[in-house]
Amino acid sequence: MKSTSNKINKNNDVSRRKFCKNTAIATSGLLATSLPLKSMGHIQENKRLKLAVVGCGGRGSGAVVQALNADDNVELVAMADAFKDRIESSLKGIKENFSDIKRINVDEKSLFTGLDAYKKAQDKSDVVILDTPPGFRPQHFEYAIANDKHVFMEKPLATDAPGIKRVLETAKVAKQKRLNVVVGLQRHYENKYINILKKIEKGEIGKIVSGQVYWNDAGVWVKNRETGQSELEYQMRNWYYFNWLCGDHILEQHIHNIDVANWFIGSYPVSAQGMGGREVRKGIEYGEIFDHHFVEFTYEDGAVISSQCRHQKGTMLRVDEVFQGTKGSIVMGKGEIKNLSGDVIYTYPNTNYWESDNEPNPYQVEHDKLFESIRNSNVISNAEYGAKSTLTAIMGRMATYTGKKISWEQVLNSKQKLVPDNLNWNSTPPTLPNEKGEYEIPKPGITTID
Amino acid sequence: MKNLTFILIFILTCTSFNFPFKNYTQKINGTSKTIELVAIPGGKFKMGSSKNENGRKEDEGPQQTIEISPFWISSYEITWDLYHLFMERKIDNISLSKNHGKEVLINVDAISGATTPYIDMSFGMGTEGYPAINMTHYAASKFCQWLSAITGNYYRLPTEAEWEYACRAGSESLYSFGNDTSILKDYAWFKENSNRSYKKVGLKKPNKWGVYDMHGNVSEWTLDQYTADAYQKRNNTKNPYIVAKNTYPRTIRGGSWKDEAMQLRSAKRHQSSPRFKERDPQIPKSKWWNTDAPFIGFRVVRPLETPSIDDQNLLWEEKKID
Repeated sequence: MKSTSNKINKNNDVSRRKFCKNTAIATSGLLATSLPLKSMGHIQENKRLKLAVVGCGGRGSGAVVQALNADDNVELVAMADAFKDRIESSLKGIKENFSDIKRINVDEKSLFTGLDAYKKAQDKSDVVILDTPPGFRPQHFEYAIANDKHVFMEKPLATDAPGIKRVLETAKVAKQKRLNVVVGLQRHYENKYINILKKIEKGEIGKIVSGQVYWNDAGVWVKNRETGQSELEYQMRNWYYFNWLCGDHILEQHIHNIDVANWFIGSYPVSAQGMGGREVRKGIEYGEIFDHHFVEFTYEDGAVISSQCRHQKGTMLRVDEVFQGTKGSIVMGKGEIKNLSGDVIYTYPNTNYWESDNEPNPYQVEHDKLFESIRNSNVISNAEYGAKSTLTAIMGRMATYTGKKISWEQVLNSKQKLVPDNLNWNSTPPTLPNEKGEYEIPKPGITTID
Repeated sequence: MKNLTFILIFILTCTSFNFPFKNYTQKINGTSKTIELVAIPGGKFKMGSSKNENGRKEDEGPQQTIEISPFWISSYEITWDLYHLFMERKIDNISLSKNHGKEVLINVDAISGATTPYIDMSFGMGTEGYPAINMTHYAASKFCQWLSAITGNYYRLPTEAEWEYACRAGSESLYSFGNDTSILKDYAWFKENSNRSYKKVGLKKPNKWGVYDMHGNVSEWTLDQYTADAYQKRNNTKNPYIVAKNTYPRTIRGGSWKDEAMQLRSAKRHQSSPRFKERDPQIPKSKWWNTDAPFIGFRVVRPLETPSIDDQNLLWEEKKID
């Protein structure tokens, strides 16, 4: 026991020095708040844990309630969002969905609005939920780890490669500091996936040689431009359609399915090539993103995953992952494994989760595991795979935007920085419309990446 | 007890009918899609199950003779083809045709539209010709209001009593065709023959009144608040209906592709619950979509006597219940 604890402290010291050195420029002035090495993974079992949420949309609000449900000794102490009305509606929704009102311990002084609100809210907490649009994730995550917070953060983890590098660096620091980081790729917390992965590891379908992953649906919400809004505010309200904030739907949604391919194959693709465009969803309110992408991801051992995602109304719907191995195949939607003759050799018993009383909800499980791990002084480190799956989707997007084959090294070292530093309300967003309100749409064969 | 004080008697306010009371096809301008409506004559029937009925639950009794006014009911469950028209709202402003009804005069633009779901709400079970599922009770009500606005004819969800009356089609047995569970497969998709999925509407035999899939395929929303003692405390036997004061539970009828034979009985009462949205990770949870109810759909009815505008709004949940 003693030696374990020594080892941890030693690691912490090392990591702290290294971290200071690596990130001195980016976060100078902020490190002061993190100098007392107080908890850092040594939170006592019964300590009241203070929770802050950064990004008070529907998902952030949902995550708050799941966190409060996960552990009886957690209280919400701070909320941050760029917009005041979002915080107000979020707080109302949280109160309607969580009855122990004493644990929603926020007042006017703990609700923070604006682009730097994330710091003020995080400063009050032990655990943070990071749920803004993904473009902001790297800086929010970096601040959280620099200040010794445990983290739940939604996918994806960035919208560009420089952001991913920041997340990967921060992930190392988090591990050294023994801080828990759970990423909302909730399939990792879903029994069906965990169970089928075990079958793969036992060799029941042999080696995966190919697969098809899908997120084909009708698209998501859109927010109209309102009078009096600055261009920056408009883009942040209608964030799904701007790449610096969202990363396109191949990233924002389809990452779930691409991530399963990486997870089940056990590595990340070496290259991607594909095609995509904007065929049906063309209005100016849809900003600059494509409405469909089709990408082939090639892995080092030769396995090829075909990835398709589409936001087109009236077309075939499918959200699923399918794999073929040397001995059999898997259809995740059905929770089914077949042998090479096509006979079903295994079906996950609770695929129809709504029929089963003992099939846990993965959105709740990810929070249960986070708090359990904090209480037991264990460490969950999801940020690395979250970052690398995010990068895989970015690689796919670069392939469809350029029409060129993109290698892992190329995307990892890409200097294409979508998210501006030091954003304030007077900043000009990185993409601007022409006089007709149209944004520049990527053109395969013409668009290039750095 | 309190709920029962809200039992509503439909006041007959409109006495002139636009056309004879017979089956008809509801056209929808701007598309080739139609809805088949079956005329259900008014009459009396025994609602609920007798004490010795196989599979009976306490909430199905006591049996009572109930009087129902005439109405039309859609012969099929509402399909995704029709539900997508409501989701997409592309045909809203197509000019009204000559045969536009006069029962309803509301501006279609005033009816709120369902949000686009984040996941494939058909759960991969099929869309064209298949019943729509996973919509909330509120969403199903709004579909009815929208359909009324674009056609001019007054549509709504059936009351629980209307539903059972149309399901029984004059029968007093377990199922509309009798008590023989072994022939249920000729009339219904259920656990034994569904291969864990819903099927296209209208593939099985209809009941005696020409209504399809009342037993099985997908369960169906009704208007009523579910209370276990609704029949015990009933003091009104003409067009009974329990106005909902809460979102949950509502009465759901007919059983579905996932249910055992006994769950498909004409008298069987199912109920909705917040669990239907358990896997919606957002707050507020969608008021349009369930994430955990891929076995619930609906069908529409049109009463022969059009209710007053106030009652129309009440029955469409114009004032949303929280």
